[in-house]
Amino acid sequence: MDPRLLTAIVVVVGVPAVLVGYIWGTEQALKLLPERAKPRVRPWLWLTPAFGFLGLFLVYPTIGTIIRSFQNKTGTEFTGLDNYAWFFGNSAALSALKNNVIWIVLLTVLTVGLGLLIAILVDRVRYESFAKSVIFVPLAISMVAAAVIWRFMYYYVTPPQPQIGTLNALSTPVGIGPFDYIHIPNFSVATIALVVIMAWMWTGFAMVILSAGLKGINTELLEAARVDGANEWQVFKGIVFPLLLPTIAVVATTIIITALKTFDIVYATNNGAYDTEVIASLMYKEMFQFSNFSRASAIAVILLLAIIPIMLFNVRRFQAQEAIR
Amino acid sequence: MTAAAPVAPSADEVVKATTKVSKDQRGASWRVHLSLIVLMIVWLVPTIGLFVNSFRPAQAVASTGWWNGLLPPWNLSLDNYAHVLSTAGIGDAFVNSLFISIPATIIPIFVAAFAAYAFSWMNFPGRNILFVVVVGLLVVPLQTTLIPILILYAGWGINGQFLAVWLAHTGYGLPFAIYLLRNFMGSLPREVFESAAIDGASPVTAFFRLAIPMSVPALAALAIFQFLFVWNDLLVAITYIGFTNPENLPLTGVIANLINSLGGGWQFLAAAAFISMALPLVVFFSLQRYFVRGIVGGSVKG
Repeated sequence: MDPRLLTAIVVVVGVPAVLVGYIWGTEQALKLLPERAKPRVRPWLWLTPAFGFLGLFLVYPTIGTIIRSFQNKTGTEFTGLDNYAWFFGNSAALSALKNNVIWIVLLTVLTVGLGLLIAILVDRVRYESFAKSVIFVPLAISMVAAAVIWRFMYYYVTPPQPQIGTLNALSTPVGIGPFDYIHIPNFSVATIALVVIMAWMWTGFAMVILSAGLKGINTELLEAARVDGANEWQVFKGIVFPLLLPTIAVVATTIIITALKTFDIVYATNNGAYDTEVIASLMYKEMFQFSNFSRASAIAVILLLAIIPIMLFNVRRFQAQEAIR
Repeated sequence: MTAAAPVAPSADEVVKATTKVSKDQRGASWRVHLSLIVLMIVWLVPTIGLFVNSFRPAQAVASTGWWNGLLPPWNLSLDNYAHVLSTAGIGDAFVNSLFISIPATIIPIFVAAFAAYAFSWMNFPGRNILFVVVVGLLVVPLQTTLIPILILYAGWGINGQFLAVWLAHTGYGLPFAIYLLRNFMGSLPREVFESAAIDGASPVTAFFRLAIPMSVPALAALAIFQFLFVWNDLLVAITYIGFTNPENLPLTGVIANLINSLGGGWQFLAAAAFISMALPLVVFFSLQRYFVRGIVGGSVKG
């Protein structure tokens, strides 16, 4: 038998058994304590495995990365803000930053806009769940697979050979193109082409959440407005959209984080060439091509700093939610 | 997809939100149908193109568009699949993906369930603050964790092994897992747990006999999420495995390498990509209801 299979079986059966055994064991151990102490000790025993993992794999390394970002390449001495100065004085890094801004704006606009449009449209037809599945399914596949899929969409052949990529084959006969979409650095065309791939994947996410939000809106309210003579656009602008705003905010925060962390699709298409570099792919290059863990750490900290406002937004939202629970 | 925003849904609200409400009675105009059908075609075409090309011979893929594969004379075969499974390492990578994904799905669910139960039904000082910490950790980009863990793993000597990604994925998946499960468990009826306690049931009994069976929808949603997240992950795999031991790379890592090395062999990449999509598609279509419920439950309450 494959030794890896044996390991996997041991892990799949063994780890849950150990964890269940742990909880059972703590309950036995608690019997030794006086009755009043039990409820005080028990929660911490139940939380220990989770906080062990969170501490070791999220908190400790984040602190380590922050410290490392202030050190020299080998991590032997502190060099203040040198790594950050390098980042903000480096044209490649700044263009990665610029590309991330394009990612954030464009991906959010595309996914929220299309998601909202589709959510409203499917609400009116009988094949709603089928239509939703079609839009939603790209979210289940990997970005690497999506990169391969879209390679056949964007493919470019030097004229006068016939175009075999879907987009160019459709647009060339009507006088548009052909374009080598993912290899045009000018005007960020290549980056935009990659954002479109991601929008294809994530529109379903926005649609599903916005659709749930739409169904939560009281239909009597909409009917009353229609009876009063409001047209569909007025109903949308005056009632539906304002009521959906909190939901849109939730969707947008998730999409913004996704855009900030973008890595796979860049790595699996141009690997940063043709002005498609983003913060996360730049960090990966510093790590593995240039073995400069300290600069890579500084890049990661910049990413973290960009995400902190969203973290605070989420925490405040959560607390407001708990207050009315 | 782990970065869902923290808006707490309760169990019944999630169900309500995803249950179909009566259709708008005014009916849809032809414009609505036309727009939707166009959108659906646009969304399907890329995947169909890949699927068709994965059955076409190299010469055809390189010289004509995929739509020609739909026209006679049909020249479709499974040759590309046979090739990538046997020689391009895709078969091994598929097995690696399974080895990585299954433990990395099961471990965090157990760990998270205990924590979620403690957050939901036990009183202790600092409960709210600690949960806010979990909510904050939801959005920490895993990029900020890569370097220290890589160094830590080097010290332990486990870079390149499956254990490295099992542990890392457990840590990365936990905030969302705890968050989702706590919101669900916390909305279960209080009376159930109170009467169990009066009947003398210990928290362990209440957890395994009541909380877990009642939380199956949330557990299923979580399992699907975590499985798809790990199966589709590239960054964690190439960081902790790819650099030291490419033989253990999952499908995503192997296909990403093939993209850079294959040059003209895109018919093979099409087949490889489809193999990597097969399991997620099966999971998605068979368990779609839980998947959607998990997304809505993890992020929204109107």
